[in-house]
Amino acid sequence: MSTAWGLVAGCAVITFAIKAAGPVALGGRPLPSWFSSIVALMAPALLAALVVTHTLANGNRLEVGAPTVGVLVSALVMRRTGSIAWCVISAAATTALLRAL
Amino acid sequence: MRDDGLDSGTEAGAPRERFRAGVRAGLPFALAGGLLSASFGVVASQAGLSDLAAIVMSVVVFAGSAQFAAVAIIGAGGSLAAALVAAALMNSRFLAMGIALAPSLPGGVLRRATQGQAVVDASWAMALRRDGSFDRYFLFGATAPQYLTWALGTVIGVLGRGVIGNTDRFGLDAVFPAFFLALLMAEARHPRSRRVAIAGAAIALALTPFTPAGVPILAASVAALLGLRSAPPA
Repeated sequence: MSTAWGLVAGCAVITFAIKAAGPVALGGRPLPSWFSSIVALMAPALLAALVVTHTLANGNRLEVGAPTVGVLVSALVMRRTGSIAWCVISAAATTALLRAL
Repeated sequence: MRDDGLDSGTEAGAPRERFRAGVRAGLPFALAGGLLSASFGVVASQAGLSDLAAIVMSVVVFAGSAQFAAVAIIGAGGSLAAALVAAALMNSRFLAMGIALAPSLPGGVLRRATQGQAVVDASWAMALRRDGSFDRYFLFGATAPQYLTWALGTVIGVLGRGVIGNTDRFGLDAVFPAFFLALLMAEARHPRSRRVAIAGAAIALALTPFTPAGVPILAASVAALLGLRSAPPA
């Protein structure tokens, strides 16, 4: 099997296993109350981590670049308009514009 | 994420209605994901994957960050093992998300394992209710269009790579963080959520220089332990 197909098969198996692990090990049981209060706060923790790693990290380096500015602009647009569509369009447009300069 | 106007369908209603509400909420992410997937098709071709391998990868893996990371390593001459480790680390956040989702999935082991495949970042965040449970039909609905456009996007990227060229110039890499930030701003109206978000961001940034990509995001989920210190919000 070539490297490419090994990569496809390996990634498929790994992703399936990781996504299945929690539901297989812990599924179908009621939530203890301490568990649900932690889970309810996992969205802000993970979303914040996704935002900063997508905007400030380039591999292992922390750096400010065009996407950093684009996402900052989108935050202002989101606050003013409350529209996710404008928020996202402004992020892409700002980033593309800065790269074109 | 309820009471924020983004996902008014998560509250009640028949499974079919909740699935449809999920589809509607997932559509903007599906559009952005399709564009990102087209750029994956271009990148995968440049890394030496055949057209068929790139398309099959998107169809059977369906995990953008892991696919980009794995293909980048192969393209740079790295080993298959290194590429698979990178993919596993990029996906490690789904372990935390799957554990959180687990109590909301009924049925036998195989059924739960299959339903768990519907977890992708945006769907997971939108299907999470304030009480820590998940609307699974909403989750499935939100993921369905994202899966379709992810598969189709790679086909378009592979076929149109000569026309598309370098996708960075469209600023598409800023689209997903902007989406995540919009979801986060809706979520972080509660002071406790704000504290957790700041802690999660700080953990991720602090670990970025020292750990492989993907680990900082998984580690940030520890910030949710702040939830143990006080009662759930009303």
